[in-house]
Amino acid sequence: MLTNLRTLFRHRTLIQTLVVRELKARYRGSVLGFFWSFANPLLLLLVYTFVFSVILPARFADIDNYALFLFCGLLPWTWFSSALTESANSILNNGNLIKKVLFPAEVLPIVAVLSNMIHFFLALPILVIGLVFFAASVPSVSEVFWFPVVIAVQLLLSLGLGLVLAALTVHFRDIKDLLANLLTLWFFATPILYPMAMVAERGPMVGNLGRVGKVVMDLNPFTHLAISYQEILFYDGPFGHWRWLLALGLASVVLFVVAYAFFDRLRDSFVEEV
Amino acid sequence: MSAAAIELQNVSKFYRRYAYRRRFSTLKSALLKSTLASELNPDEAFNAVDAVSLRVAAGSTCGVIGRNGSGKSTLLKLIAGITKPSSGEVLIAGRVSALIELGAGFHPEISGRENVFINGVMLGFSRREIELRFDEIVEFAELEEFIDAPVKTYSSGMYMRLGFAVAVHVNPDILLVDEVLAVGDEEFSFKCLDKFAEFKRRGKTILLVTHSLGIVERFCDEAVWLDAGHVRTKGDPRRVVHAYTTDVEKTEERVLAAGDRKVQRVIEATRVGDEGPTRVGADQTVLTERPPDDMFRAAQGRWGSGPVAIDQVTLEGDNGVGRVFQTGDRMTIRLEVSTPEMVRDFVFGVSIFNAEGVCCYGTNTDIEELHSNEMLGQGEVVFTIASLDLVEGTYKIDVAAHTRGGMQYDYHRLLYTFRVKSQTKDTGIYRPRHLWTFTPNIRFKDTRKTEDSSV
Repeated sequence: MLTNLRTLFRHRTLIQTLVVRELKARYRGSVLGFFWSFANPLLLLLVYTFVFSVILPARFADIDNYALFLFCGLLPWTWFSSALTESANSILNNGNLIKKVLFPAEVLPIVAVLSNMIHFFLALPILVIGLVFFAASVPSVSEVFWFPVVIAVQLLLSLGLGLVLAALTVHFRDIKDLLANLLTLWFFATPILYPMAMVAERGPMVGNLGRVGKVVMDLNPFTHLAISYQEILFYDGPFGHWRWLLALGLASVVLFVVAYAFFDRLRDSFVEEV
Repeated sequence: MSAAAIELQNVSKFYRRYAYRRRFSTLKSALLKSTLASELNPDEAFNAVDAVSLRVAAGSTCGVIGRNGSGKSTLLKLIAGITKPSSGEVLIAGRVSALIELGAGFHPEISGRENVFINGVMLGFSRREIELRFDEIVEFAELEEFIDAPVKTYSSGMYMRLGFAVAVHVNPDILLVDEVLAVGDEEFSFKCLDKFAEFKRRGKTILLVTHSLGIVERFCDEAVWLDAGHVRTKGDPRRVVHAYTTDVEKTEERVLAAGDRKVQRVIEATRVGDEGPTRVGADQTVLTERPPDDMFRAAQGRWGSGPVAIDQVTLEGDNGVGRVFQTGDRMTIRLEVSTPEMVRDFVFGVSIFNAEGVCCYGTNTDIEELHSNEMLGQGEVVFTIASLDLVEGTYKIDVAAHTRGGMQYDYHRLLYTFRVKSQTKDTGIYRPRHLWTFTPNIRFKDTRKTEDSSV
């Protein structure tokens, strides 16, 4: 872990420069430019709200300020899913750097995760405005304290998964296609569109299947991230999910260390396989 | 002996010959793989670099030459640390900058200015260090006007120039250069060479992979000839380059000889006087009694009505039969001719064409006022060129036997090929013997160059 962090620290200028490049390049040439960082999640939110409130009215959409509730989970999910998709492709897409330049390959998935984190940060003000405007809840000081912790846990989790995916995709290109579908499934298996309480109480599925569903969702790491975001930002009252969050944080540290070692193991093969 | 900047000890690099799919059959083997080499069967492995030991002294310039696929670029990547050797050890003393692909890290959407910074950071520099050199880089790349335009709008020359400028301005101790002098126009090539010369003066180590043998001879302290992953020979650049060119000529001889054997089969299959047009072989060489409508447009072939036949044509140089000549060599074209009946009206002709189909020279016995008298049975016609003053290139020959009135006995159109090599890259067709002389107030830096030109 320490040596890994030291390597990353050594490459901090590189990482920082590349993240800035990513951000600059992404919206270069589009009329709205950086505004898309706000507009994208907003449009996505509109689509989901429209679908589940108007077209397919769902009982979970009955809660007050459903759009805000949705937004609390959707924003971090967008960060998470784009980070994983981009990490998976990062080494293949930058084959030139790997093959022709002496370049620390781990920087690429890390840049993918970090640049998507910046997008997440850029979209946060919209969420804050929404929260203030609808006065759904006023986060307490302790909740504000937990917010960076959630982000840190998600960052570590994304980095770990990103490193593994990046290394594996070089050898098994099928992952690119698999991942897109897997992420869709993952999204629906995470309490983002619907509150977790609904699964716990009535369950989307009945009987034993319902219990299995609950276990699966408890094992889904993003469940705890989504619940944490929702509890901190949306719901009133103190943050009660912190045990789960800390456990996930610990697991993410382990994942990150293992992922980095895994990446190191495969590193030398990239030049030949890209 | 000064300290080594680059030292390779018995370095080998294997590649898998087959598709990458077979690399790891399962995830488990991917994770547990020990070394790639131990996994490979000998018939699956391809030795890109095979047990190469090499030592480049600090401050010297070393040129690596060899054919395509001889492992030059792999060697460079091993030294740059981009790939790891399968076995052996690579020792490097100092900061390396590798010019393997110029502008490899450029992002097309963002400006040249930003790309310079990013590229510099990739090469291991802090933003501050790049800022200090920024103006110099832009000036060197001659891109003052365009530095704020996105790189995707650059011409390929501009792109390369910027990439080169960044790479050489990062002040490496060791510069690795892979055939980058081929890019850009003449002027920029000279600028690159000047920059290398400056590096040399400052005591930096340069390893140069190139096909420009002239540069290796003039510029390098040492040369290495790589052949199929092995070091064939190394040492004095002139000696190594000479050994290499001799070997290349031999290969060319073999290729041309193979072509000639094919022609020989055609000739044997198409005896003059056979009835009707005959179609022979896949190369569609046709023997007809009448010449094609537009004789000089015709591709290679043979036609004529007999009875005089040209049975065999051989090209000879000073060292016997050969097809590769140096500019200025003696060349002999030997025709074995025969006729079963007495012929009184005959003319022999020879023409030389270059690759573009331009007739470089043509003559015949009639033009040169040799009046035929009689000919019977087998004989030999020998045409000797005392000095083959042609520029480098591939040439083809027409040989013919015909009447003074123009009726063809036997015409061989472009069936014989030879190649002319030259140390100088002069252009045109014909190389008149020449000499440069100068008044003493006009002087040149490179004495070797002037020697070369005064053939």
